[in-house]
Amino acid sequence: MFDLFARVFGREDASKDVAKERLRLVLVHDRASLSPQALEELKNDLMNVISKYLEIDQDGFQVDFSRHEETMALVANIPVRSVKRRTL
Amino acid sequence: MGVAIVITSGKGGVGKTTTTANIGAGLAQAGSKVALIDADIGLRNLDVVMGLENRIVYDLVDVVEGFAKLKHALIKDKRFENLHLLPAAQTRDKTAVSPEQMKHLVESMKEEFDYVLIDSPAGIEQGFRNAVAGADKALVVATPEVSSVRDADRIIGLLEANEKHKPSLIINRIRPSMVKRGDMMDIDDMIEILAIELIGVVPEDEAIVVSTNRGEPAVMNANSRAGEAYRQITRRLKGEDVPFAKIEEESGLFSRIRRMIGGFKG
Ligand SMILES: Nc1ncnc2c1ncn2[C@@H]1O[C@H](COP(=O)(O)OP(=O)(O)O)[C@@H](O)[C@H]1O
Ligand SMILES: [Mg+2]
Repeated sequence: MFDLFARVFGREDASKDVAKERLRLVLVHDRASLSPQALEELKNDLMNVISKYLEIDQDGFQVDFSRHEETMALVANIPVRSVKRRTL
Repeated sequence: MGVAIVITSGKGGVGKTTTTANIGAGLAQAGSKVALIDADIGLRNLDVVMGLENRIVYDLVDVVEGFAKLKHALIKDKRFENLHLLPAAQTRDKTAVSPEQMKHLVESMKEEFDYVLIDSPAGIEQGFRNAVAGADKALVVATPEVSSVRDADRIIGLLEANEKHKPSLIINRIRPSMVKRGDMMDIDDMIEILAIELIGVVPEDEAIVVSTNRGEPAVMNANSRAGEAYRQITRRLKGEDVPFAKIEEESGLFSRIRRMIGGFKG
């Protein structure tokens, strides 16, 4: 009953919508055959490339899939410490 | 020349064996010559679901190894004119046969039967590869739960990579009351996610448990809602355009589903 109450007042999603959302995300990984391990490697490669130009906060570095409306995006959050001084 | 159909799912316990037994009995009831192959070697079950467990003499592995002739291993179901079962071996494992051997066997059975239905084991390993090796078509069974849908997606990917298989979806154990209150994915949700053709929706039904207790497939029970769903799947397999209606009582939901799917055409 409380469930229904919460839902009517928009405080809780129907559990099937939660299920759908979670499935969408997990299937992106599955279909791209990008295992959590592969994603970790991608993250490291990305971090190395970016580190050539910027000094970044490695602990705050985040890469993950995210859904925007009907499309999937790979979203990276890269906290920058400082821009490296040009040597040339 | 008949057609070979594999019933598969990835996840265990979602209703592959139940579906194989019911579609097999349904097709036989409708006049087709049908053979069922239990490809779940080591975990034989189709025999008990069909109520034929006391009549096994030889099994699939005996036939593949040339120890028994196919006609001696096939068990004839006395309740139906034209239904036969080739049981799995119980004391062997999946590696006892190879995909090539299965393909050979299924090819030869297609010459004699209109339909050869293959009950696949769970998983994506050799047991699965054996089961799909000789199949012309695949039916993927999934229940409206995240783990089952995820595994179904994986299986669909493997089948489509194989190209010759065009999988169709059977949604099993759907519970209208849960769908209604938003606590279970509905048919539209499942099709949207899996993006394959739907061939049937089987409701959760106590009659399935009762029929399994008795070894009498639910299609034989005129009053079972699951039995009715399997009768409809049978007709769709035979190419009839059977509208997706009256499986659940919720009218709003169903008019939506009908619009979305527009009927399955063989
Ligand atoms: N529509 C249904 N309603 C109720 N019980 C079901 C239904 N479909 C399957 N079951 C039950 O679920 C269990 C697993 O089914 P089974 O066909 O053996 O699955 P699988 O072959 O995929 O492992 C069995 O106990 C069966 O009776
Ligand atoms: Mg089974």
